[in-house]
Amino acid sequence: MPHTFLLLVPFGAPFVASLMAIFLPSRARNAAAGLAWLTSLAGLLCLVALFPAVASGEPVRWSMAWLPTLGVNFTLRLDGLAWLFAVMVQGIGALVVLYARYYMSADDPVPRFFAFLLAFMGAMTGMVMAGDLIQLAVFWELTSLFSFLLIGYWHHNAAARDGARMALTVTAAGGLCLLAGVVVLGRIVGSFDLDVVLASGDLIKNSPWYLTALILILAGALTKSAQFPFHFWLPRAMAAPTPVSAYLHSATMVKAGVFLLIRLWPVLAGTDAWYVIVSTAGMATLLFGAWSAVFQNDLKGLLAYSTISHLGLITLLLGLGSPLAAVAAIFHTVNHATFKASLFMAAGVIDHETGTRDMRKLSGLRRSMPVTAALAIVAAAAMAGVPLLNGFLSKEMFLAEAVAHTGGRHLNLALPVLATVASLLSVLYSVRFIHQTFFGPPPVDLPKTPHEPARWMRFPIEVLVGLCIIVGVLPAITIGPILAVAVRSVLGPDVPYYSLALWHGFSLPLVMSMIALVGGVTAYKLLGPRINASQRPWVVGRFNGARAYDRAMRAFNNGAAWIVQRLGAARQQARLRAIILTCLLAAVLASGMAGLGFDEAGLTIQRPGLGFTLLWIIGGSCAIAAAWQAKYHRLASVVLVGGAGLVSCLTFVWFSAPDLATTQMLVEVVTTVLLLIGLRWLPKRLPGLASPQQEAKARRRRASDLAIAILAGAGVALVAFAVMTRPSASPLARYFLDHAYSEGGGRNVVNVLLVDFRAFDTLGEITVLGIVGLTIWALLRRFRPAADSLGHTEQKRIQDDSDDRREDRKLGDTLSETMLIPRVVMRWLFPFIVLLALHLFLRGHDLPGGGFAAGVTLSIAFILQYMASGARWVEERLEIRPLVWIGGGLLIAALSGVASWLFGYPLLTSWFRYVDLPLIGKTPLASAVVFDAGVALLVVGATVLMLVAIAHQSLRKSRPVPPVVAEEDAV
Amino acid sequence: MELVLALGIGVLTAAGVWLLLRPRTFQVIIGLSLLGYAVNLFIFAMGRLRAGAPPVLKGEGPVNPAAYADPVPQALVLTAIVISFALTALFLVVLLTSRGITGSDHIDGREPGE
Repeated sequence: MPHTFLLLVPFGAPFVASLMAIFLPSRARNAAAGLAWLTSLAGLLCLVALFPAVASGEPVRWSMAWLPTLGVNFTLRLDGLAWLFAVMVQGIGALVVLYARYYMSADDPVPRFFAFLLAFMGAMTGMVMAGDLIQLAVFWELTSLFSFLLIGYWHHNAAARDGARMALTVTAAGGLCLLAGVVVLGRIVGSFDLDVVLASGDLIKNSPWYLTALILILAGALTKSAQFPFHFWLPRAMAAPTPVSAYLHSATMVKAGVFLLIRLWPVLAGTDAWYVIVSTAGMATLLFGAWSAVFQNDLKGLLAYSTISHLGLITLLLGLGSPLAAVAAIFHTVNHATFKASLFMAAGVIDHETGTRDMRKLSGLRRSMPVTAALAIVAAAAMAGVPLLNGFLSKEMFLAEAVAHTGGRHLNLALPVLATVASLLSVLYSVRFIHQTFFGPPPVDLPKTPHEPARWMRFPIEVLVGLCIIVGVLPAITIGPILAVAVRSVLGPDVPYYSLALWHGFSLPLVMSMIALVGGVTAYKLLGPRINASQRPWVVGRFNGARAYDRAMRAFNNGAAWIVQRLGAARQQARLRAIILTCLLAAVLASGMAGLGFDEAGLTIQRPGLGFTLLWIIGGSCAIAAAWQAKYHRLASVVLVGGAGLVSCLTFVWFSAPDLATTQMLVEVVTTVLLLIGLRWLPKRLPGLASPQQEAKARRRRASDLAIAILAGAGVALVAFAVMTRPSASPLARYFLDHAYSEGGGRNVVNVLLVDFRAFDTLGEITVLGIVGLTIWALLRRFRPAADSLGHTEQKRIQDDSDDRREDRKLGDTLSETMLIPRVVMRWLFPFIVLLALHLFLRGHDLPGGGFAAGVTLSIAFILQYMASGARWVEERLEIRPLVWIGGGLLIAALSGVASWLFGYPLLTSWFRYVDLPLIGKTPLASAVVFDAGVALLVVGATVLMLVAIAHQSLRKSRPVPPVVAEEDAV
Repeated sequence: MELVLALGIGVLTAAGVWLLLRPRTFQVIIGLSLLGYAVNLFIFAMGRLRAGAPPVLKGEGPVNPAAYADPVPQALVLTAIVISFALTALFLVVLLTSRGITGSDHIDGREPGE
């Protein structure tokens, strides 16, 4: 099979499967688990098939242009290190899926869980296989997002929500730092391609920007890998379902930080800054995590702190900067993933079968669940570093490195001692974990009676523990070749000599190991009861990163509230006045400094014609009158605004903009209808009586507002005049006029611009239109009119009264008679308006018209029927489905754009040609017409939805105005 | 011509701004509509005023760009017209809902002095 396919499956299949899982019914636990399992297994097989190619030394690559203008490509790049991590992601993923099938309750929406898990798997694979730094940062953030969704999976649980938010805040903030860091790195190197970056180590280390890039990248890596002082999110993330903890928070996601450190180790490590920051953070985390783990009473809490500590160990190794330490780091990453994932799963089994994770309640479980006990004991022994298990090997390498680095730097003298202490603590908490849970008297008062889990729930633990033993006993022939390939991909051809043998003779590291083992067990014997009795860790218990985080978050909230209180005016008028005055001031400053650019010589001005002047005298009067009447005479104001609109429409006609005039005219109609429908729900407003002081105050305010308004109007007029009198030399206009026909296949340049050259903008605009329509619809679904608008309108009351009085008339007869003539006219107009819309649409590409105009026209046809015959009559006879039209329109427009991908062109490339149709003759055909059809359909849908949603409010059962007393009671 | 249109835009702007500063929601809606006309005309005027030269290509052969009005501002304004309708509709509904909830058509959602 070609390598491209093998590369794409592990990366792409999880995303595809994730989408499929979303659409499974929420009870389909087996189907979702099966899908996830097969996906990860397929990915694993593809990776295994790729191993020979990877082992040859050259990375397997597949690349395509992503953001070519920024030099960013989408590259999948699989070398030894990426292969190792990808296999961990897919392999442990497969085991976790199997485990989760039994762990998750059938009452939970399990397909959603697997959808998140699969998406995470894809993101993580994309991250480790990224061949481009920007791509790496993007997938890095994706893993944070899916981790958030997975931690918060039981969203009814407050601890889960808080934990998810905290994890996201810390890791996503780190991810943003990482993005900034890789951008700096990319600027130093001149490329984001990983191969180029990895080959430019000296360039990077000698750059003045090295420290900036290093600190930003480390901020990303250390937050992700829960390094001190950012470790606090990981224990809180334990609110996630246990399969998530086993997968993300021990084996994969928290290893992303470590992965990044290893990935960039060849180009960033070895400097003093790297050594100081990374090894200090690693050492602090190693000791702090191990010490805190000792005092945890929650099984998962203990494992979380132990994970923090082991991640610290790996970070410390990487910080030392020697090749051998890097080998040990890679090896320990793999070993930790196997024993920690199995321990988490065992903890989950205990929780699942006993109902508690509290070590103070658990005891003597080896009698009721002997197999699980045996497995957990072996895994915990691996964690403690007992010989013949994989943890022992990498821990020996770590101790050897600690010994080798004595002398020289600040941490070094203490290194062997501190390393031994950390190992001792690790033995201590491992022993405590096992002894408290599985030994001692039989448990009392457990929520459930403990028993062995389902056969296949235990299977993943058996596999992982089996790996711990096999690797521990036969390291050279099992993990050896894989490790060699991974190490070579990081260190290049000069790999130092290292040996994976069990026995290196009596050496100092072995002695340290023995001290740790004996010391740990002895410490547990001596201090065990006192540790169990303590509420929080000794000495460091007062330091609580989570509390500091909470305090910081509260400070942020309070600060924001303070700013709103200080700067945000509670009153809208004051705020608007401030905004307008600021704009005026800015405009005055700008024009004062640069001038308006009047050029007496180049002044091109057309003499004003009488007709046009008259037109604008009317327009200006309409605008002023509308402003004057808007408070007490709303109907008059709406009519006057319409007048101003007509004048601007005529201006478009006058100055060669037929498309604008058409659209403005049509929109004017729907706007007026809309405002008229809305008027019905507004309160009656009559000039009230005010005290002389209030009157004087209001007059003063109006005077100052008038001054502001006149100033604004004068300024805009001046700027408009200044621009209009300068000669135009727009190269854009020339370009579009030149290319509209040759490339867009249309003669109406404005329409070609909309549906072809700038189709992406138009797509955005119709999306906005659709969203506005939906928002209005949603707002009005819960609309409760004000109490005084609830009754019938005055006119309707009079009509109904007169119907009531006369015996030969039914209720509503007068209304129906009043509307008789308009109704007949409007009904007959319907087909003609539809025809007009069709006409506007079809001519749009070559003559004024187009999708927008056609859409608005069609919506007018509908709304006229509503006005003439009422909503019920219309909806009994016509299919009014504005929501479907909006969705369909957007889909058609988007698909017509995507279709160009199929032919290998960029999004929204159009195609046109003249075809000979029988009878009709030579007809232009352009793919842009399909796009325009989508535009038209969406415009109809959105406009009709807006108008109909408001119009429907009149259908609500009108109630008599409630007496005022009732309202007071309610208050 | 330029002078008249500039003054017209100025009057529309002034009326719109004055209404924006008024206390009642309906006045603000009318103000936004007027301001919308002013802005659309302003952008349109950036392409300069030409009578009798709509950007609809005539005849075959090479195009003479000098014979047509600037199509770019026109394309910008065309969608702006539709979007400003959407804005008016949204604002109208927000004001209706707000009045339903607060019982007041003051832009602050409560009568002054309360």
